[in-house]
Amino acid sequence: MATLAARTAPPVVTSQRPLSRRRWFAEIGWRHVVGVAAVIYAGFPIVYVVSASLSETGTLTGSNELFADVSLANYTALNGTLFWTWMGNTLVIAIATAVGTVLMGAAAAYAFSRFRFTGRRFGLTALLIVQMFPQMLAFVSIFLLLLGLGNVVPILGLNSTLALICVYLGGALGVNTFLMYGFFNTVPRELDEAAKLDGATHAQIYWTIILRLVAPILAVVGLLSFIASFGEFIIARIILQSEDNWTLAVGLYGWISQLLEANWGLFTAGAVIAAIPVLLLFLFLQKYIVGGLTAGSVKG
Amino acid sequence: MSSPQSPPTDAPAPAQPPTVPPTRRARRSLGRRDGAHATNFSRGYLLKLVLLAVVDALGGYVVLAAWAQGSFGILWSMVALLVAANYVYFSRRALPLKYILPGLAFLLVYQIFVVLFTGFVAFTNYGDGHNSTKSDAIEALLIQNERRVEGSDAYPLTVLADGDELAFAIVTSDGDVRVGRAQSPLETVDDAVATDDVVTAVPGYEILDRQAILQRQEDVTTLRVPVSSDPSDGSIRTQDARSGYVFISTLDYDADADTMTDATTGTVYRPNDDGQFESADGDQLAVGWRVVVGFDNFVKAFADPRYASPFLKIFAWTIAFAALSVVSTFLLGLFLAMVFNDERVRFRRIYRTLMILPYAIPGFLAALLWSGLLNRRFGFINQVLLGGAEIGWLTDPWLAKLAVLGVNLWLGFPYMFLICTGALQSIPGDVMEAAKLDGAGPIRTWRSVIMPLLLVSTAPLLISSFAFNFNNFTLIYMLTGGGPRFADASVPLGHTDILISMVYSISGVDGNAAKDYGLASALSIVIFVIVGTISALAFRQTRKLEEIN
Repeated sequence: MATLAARTAPPVVTSQRPLSRRRWFAEIGWRHVVGVAAVIYAGFPIVYVVSASLSETGTLTGSNELFADVSLANYTALNGTLFWTWMGNTLVIAIATAVGTVLMGAAAAYAFSRFRFTGRRFGLTALLIVQMFPQMLAFVSIFLLLLGLGNVVPILGLNSTLALICVYLGGALGVNTFLMYGFFNTVPRELDEAAKLDGATHAQIYWTIILRLVAPILAVVGLLSFIASFGEFIIARIILQSEDNWTLAVGLYGWISQLLEANWGLFTAGAVIAAIPVLLLFLFLQKYIVGGLTAGSVKG
Repeated sequence: MSSPQSPPTDAPAPAQPPTVPPTRRARRSLGRRDGAHATNFSRGYLLKLVLLAVVDALGGYVVLAAWAQGSFGILWSMVALLVAANYVYFSRRALPLKYILPGLAFLLVYQIFVVLFTGFVAFTNYGDGHNSTKSDAIEALLIQNERRVEGSDAYPLTVLADGDELAFAIVTSDGDVRVGRAQSPLETVDDAVATDDVVTAVPGYEILDRQAILQRQEDVTTLRVPVSSDPSDGSIRTQDARSGYVFISTLDYDADADTMTDATTGTVYRPNDDGQFESADGDQLAVGWRVVVGFDNFVKAFADPRYASPFLKIFAWTIAFAALSVVSTFLLGLFLAMVFNDERVRFRRIYRTLMILPYAIPGFLAALLWSGLLNRRFGFINQVLLGGAEIGWLTDPWLAKLAVLGVNLWLGFPYMFLICTGALQSIPGDVMEAAKLDGAGPIRTWRSVIMPLLLVSTAPLLISSFAFNFNNFTLIYMLTGGGPRFADASVPLGHTDILISMVYSISGVDGNAAKDYGLASALSIVIFVIVGTISALAFRQTRKLEEIN
């Protein structure tokens, strides 16, 4: 919260007098030069991928002239592939994971922030240690675990979307809880106590008071979790075995790794479409992101 | 207040009145105050009942399925989880757990267990040739070594189908019809019809004609139908779909002596410490079983010349890659954040939005896109920007490393820009003013005021960025695939492989190499120890841990 409040204060002492042209360039103008260079650096691959997706030839060589010809051929060609199935799978997995992560992470963060219980300190430290062992490191035993689970309940075994979501939800606590824990602590306890005096239950306090006040961090954690599961490759590749269960990361990798030349047009069109949901979310939630990224570590 | 004050922290212990035991009514109001729904039937309570009923039903289903399959590990874990869930949500004593349990359950199954299991696998020889238990290995050995015994019985045979599954029907010398499948041994079927040794009808099966047999020729010739449930009785197989022969294993397992004997040569194989049958002169049978091999996998990683030399190179590159990635992205991000940390710059919002676009592009898309841009012959960089130069950005060992770092800089600087902007803006204006009043110039202010304050707040994020890049599998795998390959290595590893992609290659899960789950898990543990140690030391430095109170 401190970072959000501080942003309104001018960080540099500004003078109101108009500057001469030379001084303007020395103090401000060069920043625009840097800015334009940085924007070109950041934006050029994106411009390229849009141009290549609109190119008619659909090969890597044919895509090098930016916007030489504009056609939607590559986009319509996507209909003949499993792209839309993959897109649907990816969105289902990413949304379910994001929602589940926010719900479970926030609940745990609330408990750690508001209750004092035996094992609390240990729990927080344990989470800190566990999150240093990312799930992707354990892909071999995840594979073996799902092999065993699949014999008992096929829907929790290999080649199941639900199983992949469950694996991702295994990482719901951990770094997210820490991020939220820091933020929950900034919400004054007096609010809880006032509500408690008015007869509110802990569930009412949590659902109706706390969750609304911490909405920014919920948005950030949801976004980060969405992006993470949207682009996750190694576990998805191992778990999802049949082609119509694949996610975008697995499917698009298959296109590129097999025949870079032939599938380039398809890939660029797919990439543009795949980037859109994340990009939209990002622009939509941008105002929360700067504060949210630092909220867990910057306090006071 | 007549009812006792609950402690401000809402401790898990139920509040008890100090002297007088509560009357029934007082206890009921107490329950409501505590938020335990068990004493009233509010909407929340009903919702809880429904949710728990669903959880219990699903859990009960898993328990029954596990019972049917004989998977007792899953069965008892599920029972424990169900008991815990019901206790936590119906008891008044476990308030914090009500909030932690859902996430904790997933954490326990899909993270803690998996980590512990990785630790276990790291000490076994789990992998190709050692996939299962000893009894499975014995059965597989007996089956694999089946040969048609010269002069063994031949039976008139008919191929049957039940849906997708094939079955054989044979006519014995007494005229009985016996039917069996891959999983179920031969059994006499009484109401089958056979005339002149040709089976014409078997209830529940369809008799395949020539055409259908030709279409599924391979399935037919590879099908083995056990004669009985004892593998040493052999199986029925066929080559021409007309007559079946008894195949009997050349190996013979003696359960009492725990030895395998080859009937043709008379060689005796005994189990050795590595989970294989071994003869006196050192011959080993192909299929082994899983045994604990102690530190063998770790020794293999560090001492076996096939792995040790690539491992050291990959280890050094992983550290360099992670460190350089953090430093380069941080410096560029910080520089840009400082440049735009001036209120007088117009269009700041537009610059910022355009600049963080790479951060909003999913990493795998960016890596695949750049692999095309950097293509040696057709890529945009070589063709257009460098005028047709054929520079092997992804095929030369050093250029590939540079390319990996360059792409990661593009991907990572917006994040650093964002956190540096946030951190810079949270430095109070009066501190800056004080520095100015004390006569500090811009450079002195930057060195003595801005940087220290900035590092305090960004250091934890730099550490997690290091840990993230240490395991940045997607970037490496999608951009270079670990290549170019080491010229002298016998294992599929390359110059830009980092430890996690090395683990992936060695594990063999993608089918490009022999499976070695044991070695892969051992390397996972090594990575964990390295990342954990570096992070712990760094966190201690930044005193991050002190904030847990």
